[in-house]
Amino acid sequence: MFALEVAGNAPLALQGLWFILIAVLWIGYLVLEGFDYGVAMLIPFLGKTEKEKRVIVNTIGPVWDGNEVWLLTAGGATFAAFPAWYATLFSGLYLPLFLVLVGLIIRGVAFEYRSKHPEAKWRNAFDWMASIGSFVVTLVFGVGFANFILGLPVAAAANNPSLYVVTPSPYFWQLFSWFGLLGGVCLVALFLFHGSLFLALKTKGEIHDRATAFAGKVGLVSIGLGAIFLVSQNLLHPIGPLGWVLLVLAALGLVSAWWFNGKGRDGIAFISTTATVLFVAVGIFATMWPGLGFKGVGDGLVPSPLTAMNASSSELTLTLMTVAACVFVPIVLAYTAWAYTVFRRRLGVENIPDDEPAPALAG
Amino acid sequence: MSAETLARWQFGITTVYHFFFVPITIAMSMLVAIMQTIWVRTGSEKLLRLTKFFGKLFLINFAMGVVTGIVQEFQFGMNWSEYSRFVGDIFGAPLALEALIAFFLESVFIGLWIFGWDRLPKKVHLLMIWLAAIGTMISSIFILAANSWMQNPVGAHYNAATDRAEMTSLVDVLLNPVALVTIPHVLVTAYMTAGGLILGVAGWHLAKIGKPQTEKEKKDASAYRWATKFGAWVLLGAGLLTVITGDIQGKIMTDVQPMKMAAAEALWETEQPAGFSVFTIGTLDGTQEVWSWKIPGVLSFLATGDFNGKVYGINDLVKKMESEAFTNSDLVLQRESAERLAKVGVTDWVPNIPVTYWTFRFMMGLGFLAMAIAAWVLWVTRKGGLPTPGKLWTSLMFAAPLAPLFGISFGWIFTEMGRQPFIVYGVLPTAASASPGVSAFEVGLSMVLYTVIYGALAVVEVGLFMHYVKLGLPDVSEPKVLTDDDAPLSFAY
Ligand code: HDD
Ligand code: HEM
Ligand code: HEM
Repeated sequence: MFALEVAGNAPLALQGLWFILIAVLWIGYLVLEGFDYGVAMLIPFLGKTEKEKRVIVNTIGPVWDGNEVWLLTAGGATFAAFPAWYATLFSGLYLPLFLVLVGLIIRGVAFEYRSKHPEAKWRNAFDWMASIGSFVVTLVFGVGFANFILGLPVAAAANNPSLYVVTPSPYFWQLFSWFGLLGGVCLVALFLFHGSLFLALKTKGEIHDRATAFAGKVGLVSIGLGAIFLVSQNLLHPIGPLGWVLLVLAALGLVSAWWFNGKGRDGIAFISTTATVLFVAVGIFATMWPGLGFKGVGDGLVPSPLTAMNASSSELTLTLMTVAACVFVPIVLAYTAWAYTVFRRRLGVENIPDDEPAPALAG
Repeated sequence: MSAETLARWQFGITTVYHFFFVPITIAMSMLVAIMQTIWVRTGSEKLLRLTKFFGKLFLINFAMGVVTGIVQEFQFGMNWSEYSRFVGDIFGAPLALEALIAFFLESVFIGLWIFGWDRLPKKVHLLMIWLAAIGTMISSIFILAANSWMQNPVGAHYNAATDRAEMTSLVDVLLNPVALVTIPHVLVTAYMTAGGLILGVAGWHLAKIGKPQTEKEKKDASAYRWATKFGAWVLLGAGLLTVITGDIQGKIMTDVQPMKMAAAEALWETEQPAGFSVFTIGTLDGTQEVWSWKIPGVLSFLATGDFNGKVYGINDLVKKMESEAFTNSDLVLQRESAERLAKVGVTDWVPNIPVTYWTFRFMMGLGFLAMAIAAWVLWVTRKGGLPTPGKLWTSLMFAAPLAPLFGISFGWIFTEMGRQPFIVYGVLPTAASASPGVSAFEVGLSMVLYTVIYGALAVVEVGLFMHYVKLGLPDVSEPKVLTDDDAPLSFAY
């Protein structure tokens, strides 16, 4: 036991850097996939005609897969930089992660396959798969992050002192405390807001106006729920003045998004929810240092036996990964930004070509 | 069933399923890029039609590769948490680099390729498919380097203080001799599969049109003939490279995992020279062979490069492993963790012999079958020759892609089951690497649901795929960059 704690895997600076980098990858994921989850959830509700639905799908069609890679990279980076964190977290949250995977599978196929067949039944089915899949993933991550704030209780495995497991196991129903549920609902509202603002930004005509009107309503819900969540977070897991500063910044983002959406300033409104996602995520990751969202078994905030210090990879691995990140993260950012500029134009129903007439199957 | 047994089945099922789509993605992206390049350079409408046609089939397949791949990325931590903790310092890096370097590249540029036909100038648009294709290749290189490390754990040592394997040299990990030969072997088998697919689809249409009558049929037939031959040459060429790389792989495996190659041959007793058996029956307890049909000297050649070389049998190898625990004294990690391994304990050193023996033969046999079909097709279609439509031709057209596709699955099952009982060869037994906190109920439930979802998706994907195969070549118009903001796009989802 003691050996593990003193086994300085790597210098603290590198461990801190990698904790921050993982937070950055998560933020990239939440900001980018956040809007495509929101947009996908809205397909069956905001698209009145088939062409309108296609407008909605096409605003995220070219980019959703790239957005999802932020999640894969966050997972991969956790594995490489903090193997013990990856091992304990992913096995401890087995069923919730399974739900996430199912959600990601059905929404991924939905985007690619809905257009491949013109029949209305086929398309409706895939629209609902995209919507429900995105909802489930968002809900589970919201519940998950709320629980990281509270801390998942861990203890060494019975037959293996080097490996920590979440207890009791399976840890499933325990996730749904009032605060966990609140986290889930808040994230759904936030992504609906963020997504409808993205939709307003990328469309024109009637669909644009409908997105703006929806954003006005869901924005108020987000502000209300967000305020309750952020205040509770700071009371349940205080991290000092920084927590309150981040709370104010996140709230300002929401209010500004709502205000500018009302004024028809789509761009600034979208940037504002982006800022909110950023500040909320920074606040949550701040509560996760150095315990990684775990805690010891017992009531209250018992310090976690598993920390960034004893969960990290060796100095060599972290150094090599740092070099790779310094080279490739800027490259990825550059071509991703370029891709967004290629698809910068607003879409309307007039841009959607007619369906290729359903060709009769050759005999 | 225990959680560990279920986790094994789950890993096997989901990975084999993922790998039905991966080879087609890897090779088809590149072959479509080649078609599009010829179109850009020559302006030939035929090649534009082929690009769009095979591009669509490629995308239907690609979607499945993506969604099943996500499961793989998460599975290590969910089902194999002790494994993840123990090897993360080495194994995590290639996975993270794969996501950072390869997955971003392929997914961003695939998006640009699909939706970019009327947003990007011709040559820039062509670059998009090349970058995506290169991305898929880089992704396979990293994942195979990771897998090769499990087969032959180089560049690492055991740290007793942290009780895990730690990297000593990334260069050694990436230049692992097993990786250097596995990567080309797997890549060329991907080209066999995609070549077979192009051959099969185009060859089927070619026979259906028969002797072209109308103008349209003439145009179509000429495109299908081009694609049939193109696919056949790719399949044949990649097939030859597969045999060469496979042969080298066999020799390296004899070196690093003699047990796997002995199991591939069901070779119980050490022999010099050793024959290659085409068929073997063993005793019920599986420790001796009863009858076999052998070609003399061939196994010696496969394993050592010398027709008179000595090949160790299973019984001798077990004795050696029991006394020394580690299998290769050159590997620091195996030597340093020998004591830990003895404590963890290994009960059975021998992999499942019937599985390794037969999967090895099916892998090779299906590959040779596909190559024979390609050669036959090239013969039939030489000098403007036409295939005779009928059951035989149709079944050959189905076999051309399916034989290599299943060959690959058998090859993987051989590779992975042949290294049992280890998950990291000579270091960590599979039985000791499962997640202790995860119950059989959780693994079982998720496995049942994966199987249901994957089954349903297979029906949808195969249905769509066959639908577009039957539709055949699309009519195309020359793509051009749109400047009018209100004009309809030529392509949208
Ligand atoms: C169409 C597919 C196909 C064909 C025709 C062949 N192989 Fe193969 N083989 C594979 C597809 C494959 C594979 C699925 O891609 C594997 C699994 C893991 C790997 O590295 O490649 C493989 C593995 C594999 C291994 C095990 C390596 C390991 O354990 O890491 C050996 C020794 C060979 N092959 C040898 C051969 C030989 C001697 C062949 C022909 C004469 C041959 N293969 C044809
Ligand atoms: C697509 C190619 C692959 C196929 C078809 C494949 C197949 C299999 C199969 C059939 C098993 C079950 C073996 C058993 O019964 O114990 C297995 C196990 C496993 N394989 Fe692979 N594998 C592939 C690639 C990989 C790669 C690339 C990795 C790692 C990067 C990997 C890691 C594992 C692990 C962790 C297990 C579980 C432990 C075990 O039972 O051995 N596999 N694989
Ligand atoms: C020999 C084994 C494997 C190879 C060569 C391979 C290669 C590929 C390729 C080329 C793709 C992208 C194309 C497509 O989506 O169809 C892909 C997708 C994916 N693979 Fe595999 N894979 C293998 C097994 C695995 C394993 C064991 C993992 C787990 C770590 C994995 C993780 C993924 C992921 C996460 C994706 C989705 C990427 C995206 O969103 O674009 N693969 N794989």
